[in-house]
Amino acid sequence: MELDNLYQEVILDHYKRPQHKKLNEAFDAQVHHVNPSCGDEITLNLRLDGDRVTDISWDGVGCSISQASVSILTDLLIGKDLIQVTQISDAFMHLMQSKGTEKGDEAILEDAVALAGVSQYPARIKCALLGWMAFKDASTQALAKQ
Amino acid sequence: MAFNAALIAKDFPILDRKIRDGKRLIYLDSGATSQKPQVVIDAETNFYRLHNAAVHRGAHQLAEEATDAYEGARTIVADFLNAEVDEVIFTKGATESLNLVAYAMGNALAGNRFHLKTGDSIVVTEMEHHANLLPWQELAARTGATLKWFEVTAEGRLDLSSINSVIDDNTKVVALTHQSNVLGTINPLEAIAKRAHEVGAVVVLDACQSVPHMPVDVKALNIDFLAFSGHKALGPTGVGIFWGRSNLLADLPPFLTGGSMIENVTMTSATWAPAPRKFEAGVPNMAQAVGLGTAITYLTSIGMQAIYDHEIALTSYLLDGLSRLEDVHVVGPLTTENRGGAISFTVGEIHPHDLGQYLDSLGIAVRTGHHCAWPLTRKLGVPATTRASLYLYNTKSDLDSLLDGIEGAKEYFGA
Repeated sequence: MELDNLYQEVILDHYKRPQHKKLNEAFDAQVHHVNPSCGDEITLNLRLDGDRVTDISWDGVGCSISQASVSILTDLLIGKDLIQVTQISDAFMHLMQSKGTEKGDEAILEDAVALAGVSQYPARIKCALLGWMAFKDASTQALAKQ
Repeated sequence: MAFNAALIAKDFPILDRKIRDGKRLIYLDSGATSQKPQVVIDAETNFYRLHNAAVHRGAHQLAEEATDAYEGARTIVADFLNAEVDEVIFTKGATESLNLVAYAMGNALAGNRFHLKTGDSIVVTEMEHHANLLPWQELAARTGATLKWFEVTAEGRLDLSSINSVIDDNTKVVALTHQSNVLGTINPLEAIAKRAHEVGAVVVLDACQSVPHMPVDVKALNIDFLAFSGHKALGPTGVGIFWGRSNLLADLPPFLTGGSMIENVTMTSATWAPAPRKFEAGVPNMAQAVGLGTAITYLTSIGMQAIYDHEIALTSYLLDGLSRLEDVHVVGPLTTENRGGAISFTVGEIHPHDLGQYLDSLGIAVRTGHHCAWPLTRKLGVPATTRASLYLYNTKSDLDSLLDGIEGAKEYFGA
């Protein structure tokens, strides 16, 4: 079934058991992003120690793609320095824009390659990017405070 | 002739399309936009092929033909609404129609009956589409008037218990939807119009979800202004209708100014042509207006009462089917009493976007999200819903596919 390209097991697992979905009260930046076309919302808290991501926590409502994507993001980015974070984020953006032509580099993107199928569904790309945009905003704000 | 939706569907070429690997298209998103019968596609195309010229200008045969076709469409719309011809204004859509009346009121100077100031109020409802909420929010902000609203009950009806304090002596405008695009609720206009007129307010009706689906008689409804979109009524995109009582249109200032809406112009000032020209600045969307005229002729030939009866029968069938499914919750009235064929629902913990995607894989097109009525979905405590919206070409078989699809989605997402 073509739909299985979109809803890979990894995505449904993250959706049912989201990682770091409990806002940590200690943070350097907090952002709230919405997807105005569907009403999905996310609040994301970020802690940075110098150039290292020490914590990402979040809460929100949304579809399986948006929720799984942010859950995967937290697993991927916590503990990384900002150079690695940029590399991973760029690779993810690239994958989302690939219109189904790329599988993604598992060495860089790990579980996030499961979202490759999203790039075939233009209306869902913004679902997958909701958490990543929130993270980008939070990291800019946290860096500005340093 | 008996109403036969399957036969009607044959008039719509797109409904013959196969999608998502050969699936039959089951289109349940007519509340967002309707599909178009071949006669409408032909009417729009033929205008460009044979008659295209700027209406109301030009001393040549094409200009005459274009003007006749365009004005002919206006007459068709007027007859359809039981309105006077000069009360029917072509806009580019219902959103423009509603902005037109709100901006025109904002242009009214002191002394004009539409002039708004601090202390006046504008009344809307919690179930408005953003297109009938934001223009009034903005008008209130520009004029200092207060925005008030009727709340929505848990059953998805307007709470009119405090009608006399919501609409009071300071109320100048009451703007509301005839039928909610989310809940399907048909609002009790009689009581609201009576109260509004008691205090000297005008009633603006968003008829986007009613005019395409049921007989609407502007005189019988006792309203003052009405807006609807052509593309939700089998017509092309880019054309909508703004209707107003002629005595009110005479007092309402223009919104857009420019070519063809004038009586006289000097370097420093201008006077306006009477309605409808006063509200149709610039070369209009002619082919689209002609297409809308053809769409309405098509609807009339089938009969609006027959279409309404068909949709009510389908709505009843779907509400009944949904009520049998576990974990399905209908957001809106549970019976067909004062409700139309826009049926929103939630399915357990499955997010509407995921449900919509699953249904799409079966060829079923539904709408998901907040349906441009975010305050309403927030009030009802649902971040989003899935909506099936019905029209004359839908059949019980379409609804059976939807009901089966919902069960399939529950299994797929493990809900």
